[in-house]
Amino acid sequence: MLRLVVRRLLQLIPTLLGLSVLLFLWLNRLPGGPASAILGERATEAEVARINRALGLDEPIHVQYWRFLKRIFELDLGTSTQTGQPVWDEFALRFPATVELGVAAILIAVVAGIPLGYLAAKRRGGWLDVAAVSGSLVGICIPVFFLALLLKGIFAVELGWFPSYGRLSTGLNATDVTGFAILDGLLTGELDASWDAIMHLILPAVTLSSIPLAVIVRMTRASVLEVLGEDYVRTAESKGLEKRVVRGRHVLRNAMLPVVTAVGLLTGSLLSGAVLTESVFSFGGVGSFIRTSIDARDYPVLVGFILFIAMVYVVINLLVDLAYSLIDPRVRVH
Amino acid sequence: MRIHKSGAIRAITATVVVGLVATGCASDRDKDGGTSDAKDTFVFAGAGDPGSLDPALASDGETFRVTRQAFEALLEHEPGGSKLVGGLAEKWSSNPAGTVWTFNLRKNVKFHDGEALNAKAVCANYDHWFNWKGTYQSSAVSYYWQTIMGGFAKNEDAEAPKANYKSCTAQDDSTAVIEVNEPSANLPGGFSLQALAIHSPKALQEYAKQDASAKGDAITYPKYSQEAGTVAGTGPYRITKWNKGNKEVSLERFDDYWGEKAKVKNLVFRTIDTEEGRRQALQAGDINGYDLVAPADVKTLSGEGYQVPTRDVFNIFYVGMSQSANPALKKREVRQAISHAIDRENLVKTQLPEGGKAATQFMPDTVAGFSDKVKTYPFDTNKAKDLLKGAGESKLKVDFCYPTEVTRPYMPAPQDMFELMKADLEKAGITVTPKAMKWAPDYLDATEAGSCALHLLGWTGDFNDGYNFIGTWFAGPDKQWGFKDAKVFDAVNAASKITDPNGRTEAYKKANEAIMEYVPGIPVSSSPPAIAFGKNVNPPKVSPLTQENFAEVSFK
Repeated sequence: MLRLVVRRLLQLIPTLLGLSVLLFLWLNRLPGGPASAILGERATEAEVARINRALGLDEPIHVQYWRFLKRIFELDLGTSTQTGQPVWDEFALRFPATVELGVAAILIAVVAGIPLGYLAAKRRGGWLDVAAVSGSLVGICIPVFFLALLLKGIFAVELGWFPSYGRLSTGLNATDVTGFAILDGLLTGELDASWDAIMHLILPAVTLSSIPLAVIVRMTRASVLEVLGEDYVRTAESKGLEKRVVRGRHVLRNAMLPVVTAVGLLTGSLLSGAVLTESVFSFGGVGSFIRTSIDARDYPVLVGFILFIAMVYVVINLLVDLAYSLIDPRVRVH
Repeated sequence: MRIHKSGAIRAITATVVVGLVATGCASDRDKDGGTSDAKDTFVFAGAGDPGSLDPALASDGETFRVTRQAFEALLEHEPGGSKLVGGLAEKWSSNPAGTVWTFNLRKNVKFHDGEALNAKAVCANYDHWFNWKGTYQSSAVSYYWQTIMGGFAKNEDAEAPKANYKSCTAQDDSTAVIEVNEPSANLPGGFSLQALAIHSPKALQEYAKQDASAKGDAITYPKYSQEAGTVAGTGPYRITKWNKGNKEVSLERFDDYWGEKAKVKNLVFRTIDTEEGRRQALQAGDINGYDLVAPADVKTLSGEGYQVPTRDVFNIFYVGMSQSANPALKKREVRQAISHAIDRENLVKTQLPEGGKAATQFMPDTVAGFSDKVKTYPFDTNKAKDLLKGAGESKLKVDFCYPTEVTRPYMPAPQDMFELMKADLEKAGITVTPKAMKWAPDYLDATEAGSCALHLLGWTGDFNDGYNFIGTWFAGPDKQWGFKDAKVFDAVNAASKITDPNGRTEAYKKANEAIMEYVPGIPVSSSPPAIAFGKNVNPPKVSPLTQENFAEVSFK
């Protein structure tokens, strides 16, 4: 297992190098640059040239790339052109919000999706199955930003059950320890802050979970249906094993393998889904920061974020492989 | 599996318990002052995060909206207007040449850190800016200093503007004298800018210990400007916290303020990026007011009982013409034809909120120097066709750029405005090729480089001087316009050098007349930006310069 972990981590190096070259070529071909984004209507040719010179953006692309690469080896992602602060600091500040949101979304998707998919398969053709299949279709089809606006309009504006934006209520003055608002409240005993953070999290998390939930319901349903028809399930049932044992040990456990893979990939994709969700709810995570970074052509932030996403995918895939061996001992990890 | 099940049950139970305990605890925290009473806190939403808590390092409205509550300049604008009035200086005067400016300071003014305001403090500020080195000399950092006062004691960039600031002398405790090398149209208006607001000398000493640095491909702003604690002004509020993660800047009433104290104890600025999000937050009762209201929302909100005052116009929206991008535009008849082809009145009626005005020149009628005698180009499709025929351009083809994903105070709906103009131009026989571009930086880069034959842009004034409008575009050759016309440039520059306010106003009128005779582009309209407040709020006087003073706010 250790060899697998080391091998996967080493695979990161060529992946990130290749990706960074592609990114640099792509960004260099984009029209515009950070100087005019900084100056807005006030930009003049001379001012833009002065800023580009100060930022080293007038140098050849290979010089800029080499400078960037050297910094990466020093674990320095550079400085955001929008905020003037180190990219690491900006990520560190906003990442906890995105993690909270992502974890909550995937929890909702898994906790609701797997039982729903399982029950839909067990009662194939029944009303629950029809509802789960059509509901998941809607979940996949509905644009995330539209769902966000809809949920906000109903549950925040009309009913007033949840806050309409942000991570914490104004004036709450919660103590910041780790940046994870819910955890901080628990650590400091400010439980109202934790509860406030949960209330702020619900609508964005439900929005973000819509696609993973739909995918997990459909995959679980399909996978369970397939396993239910297997000989070993029939054998287990005819042996007189308790239904609970058959479902848990034989059906669910075997049906979970493709679902776990899907959960892994969906977790990675949540980061990109967070861009829209966080923007609509002004959630203050990495997602909404990336959106403003695209507008501002904030290259260091964009490059850092994309490289970071690549790392997350590699790590999640590794975790998925490790999870296989726990779920199914037949899978040997070397 | 059994173990997993009991774990899940424990987790669910724990969540429920936390929820119950937390809701129970909430009221305890309220008593401790952890959460504020609703009427003690005014929450206002802007569209973007501030860039810095030191306004001297900023050039954007979102930063100034926050810092304006905590910092004051020597001069200010009258509440709700654009006339210059005393700020930290009760009175001010200049020598006839406009090179020596004397400020008589208010007495008993204290900074948030307890320091007293005096002439030495004022001079410490101006000298601090004048002696900026390194990255501080980048126009991304010190845009307004360079615009108003030129360069620095020692310019490090050959292309930096020449310094116009000469010196600041503390004549006595309450008299500061600022000297400049040459008279400037930017003075005295520039003395009112937030970027030149006065900081505590003690805070300045702390600032001086921290450097802005340009490392790699970006400028790193000094730490003091990114967190509350060091910056100190004299305003009615002091900045207590900048929670970047929660996109929130908190301010608290400054009880030693020299003027009328703020009516609400806590003031919070929050960032909600989208118009829709800001409107919904107001309707949900999560905020008490917000800026940049979409014109389409004005009626809805007013109908629901919210207060949506509109500011007096202080901006101009125009169709720019880049003569270098299309040689046909070098012909005056063609430019005149395009001007006649566009129905400005219809655009104002259908696209702008109530109070919008069709423009006749490149400044709104609220700016001194607006002329009633400029040549006008009323909507007349037939005349446009005749002019094009006369110029031999009956089959004129033009590229017309417009920005996407943006609204500006002067341009609430760029695409809709573009569509109306395109239809007007096509009626006059002009073939229009639409070019949609993302606002920043694509569109701004393209227009600034002069690669868009026709394009939509505008300007919101910083202070009430004609040069702040027409000087921005027509003081010399500019790629955006791609023309050289000595008559226009001379008229604008001559006006800017006149120190007598009345004489300058008259000269600006003449300059406007020269500009509209040449017709380098089409001034289209001035739009009154709307701002929204909750039903239970007594709003501040709204300012055409978007300089609302939130110390005036109270709850009903």
